Amino acid sequence: MMANAPSVGAWKSIGAESVQPFSPIRQGNPMIEQRIREKAKELLSRKDVDLVIGFGRGTLPLRATPLFARTPEEAEELIWNSFCAANLATYLHKLSRFKVGLVVKGCDSRSVVALLRERRFEPERLFLIGVPCQRMVDRRKVQRVAPGEILDAREQGDRIIVKGEDFEIHLKRDEFLYSSCQACLHRNPPKADWLASPPVEESALTEAFDEARLFEERPSEERWNFFIKETSRCIRCYACREACPMCYCSECFVDSSRPKWIGSGLDPSDLAFYHIVRAYHQTGRCAGCGACERACPMEIRLSYLTQKLNRDVKELFEFEAGLDPKDRPPLSTYEPDDWQEFIK
Amino acid sequence: MKVKDSARIDLESSWQPKILAFLCNWCSYAGADLAGTSRIQYPPNVRVIRVPCSGRVNPLFILKALQSGVDGVLVSGCHPGDCHYISGNYVGRRKSATLKRFLEYLGIEPGRVQFSWVSAAEGAKFSQVVKEVTEDVRKLGPIRRWTLQPQAQKP
Repeated sequence: MMANAPSVGAWKSIGAESVQPFSPIRQGNPMIEQRIREKAKELLSRKDVDLVIGFGRGTLPLRATPLFARTPEEAEELIWNSFCAANLATYLHKLSRFKVGLVVKGCDSRSVVALLRERRFEPERLFLIGVPCQRMVDRRKVQRVAPGEILDAREQGDRIIVKGEDFEIHLKRDEFLYSSCQACLHRNPPKADWLASPPVEESALTEAFDEARLFEERPSEERWNFFIKETSRCIRCYACREACPMCYCSECFVDSSRPKWIGSGLDPSDLAFYHIVRAYHQTGRCAGCGACERACPMEIRLSYLTQKLNRDVKELFEFEAGLDPKDRPPLSTYEPDDWQEFIK
Repeated sequence: MKVKDSARIDLESSWQPKILAFLCNWCSYAGADLAGTSRIQYPPNVRVIRVPCSGRVNPLFILKALQSGVDGVLVSGCHPGDCHYISGNYVGRRKSATLKRFLEYLGIEPGRVQFSWVSAAEGAKFSQVVKEVTEDVRKLGPIRRWTLQPQAQKP
């Protein structure tokens, strides 16, 4: 069982005496939240699943933490709001022995479909609690406009109310979304056993913002320098790898010692190598959830890499990861008349 | 200073492209062999690594080569339909296509990583391909090191 929010004592012990435990975020979407809880309780009390993975109250404002509920009482702790950004499909391969109820947004569901296609677990062991997604709020964007430390954040309709010691600001929710969420076209889970709310209309909020397209317009040398500069900040914590549901190799290429693909220090060329391969390994598998970029403590831009791969795969092989459970992953198959103009 | 500068110029003018070629055992390697036995000339800049199939070429091989300072990489296999393992070159073709486009997107020049189909009967074509690749890479010059550039800018 995972630990939930630390007690007040725990706050003191990490030297945050001045921080008051903030009030729970209850304004998110009470109806969806209630429906998720009820479904989770029903599944757990009927023993249909061993545990339900959903979101619980985070230990900091603007955050939600993964919650592993094993009893109907624990399911009471489940929440739903605009900070439930993590991709919970990540936990599935570590829990393949259990019957799991999983709370999924559109992108999480796509990852689950892609994982099922790669036969990572038995579909019978899984119950997908689908939530049509309202698009998630980027906590870093909020933090940037806040004049001081944020002690409490809550949602009210289309506003986010952010409070600190001596300020209270009201923000328009739609202006503080993750860029991957702004352009998202698959907010409804393509695969779900049950839906917490009626499906939402699928349309991109802002279509103009295409990071990959902007990057592509730059001259090649500038692109390379930007890429090297970004990745040179990497501290090799591998949070991007751990947050990604598609990174499940028992031995990652960076950990391999025979052959040793990559040095163990922070040499920029090794960092670039790691980031090229990490992204490239997502070819035809990435649901574009943006979990890698959100997980990065150094705020290295990563989404523009997988965005490009996703677009190429769509262009070359007419494939989008996780939408159709019957489609084969593009790199595990071929067509005799695939694009080959680049070959001499 | 003068001595140093002239030494540098010498080093630059004597630079020769270093090209790594992954050749499939059944077609391109035999094609290269045929070029040799037929006494067809081609640039000596190419270092050959024999692989069972062009589908065996892990993208990591190509990247590791570029990271280690190789100026260009050539991957060559059997023509479509001729693969000894039925479909290895088809699968390899998809990997190559996505990798090539991705590397170009990141800012590695298009000519650095090249692909070709060379059969066991095409000694002349092998020599032609190596000539072309060598010339492309020579025009591009030494590969950019994978290190921080002081003038790097944010797009």
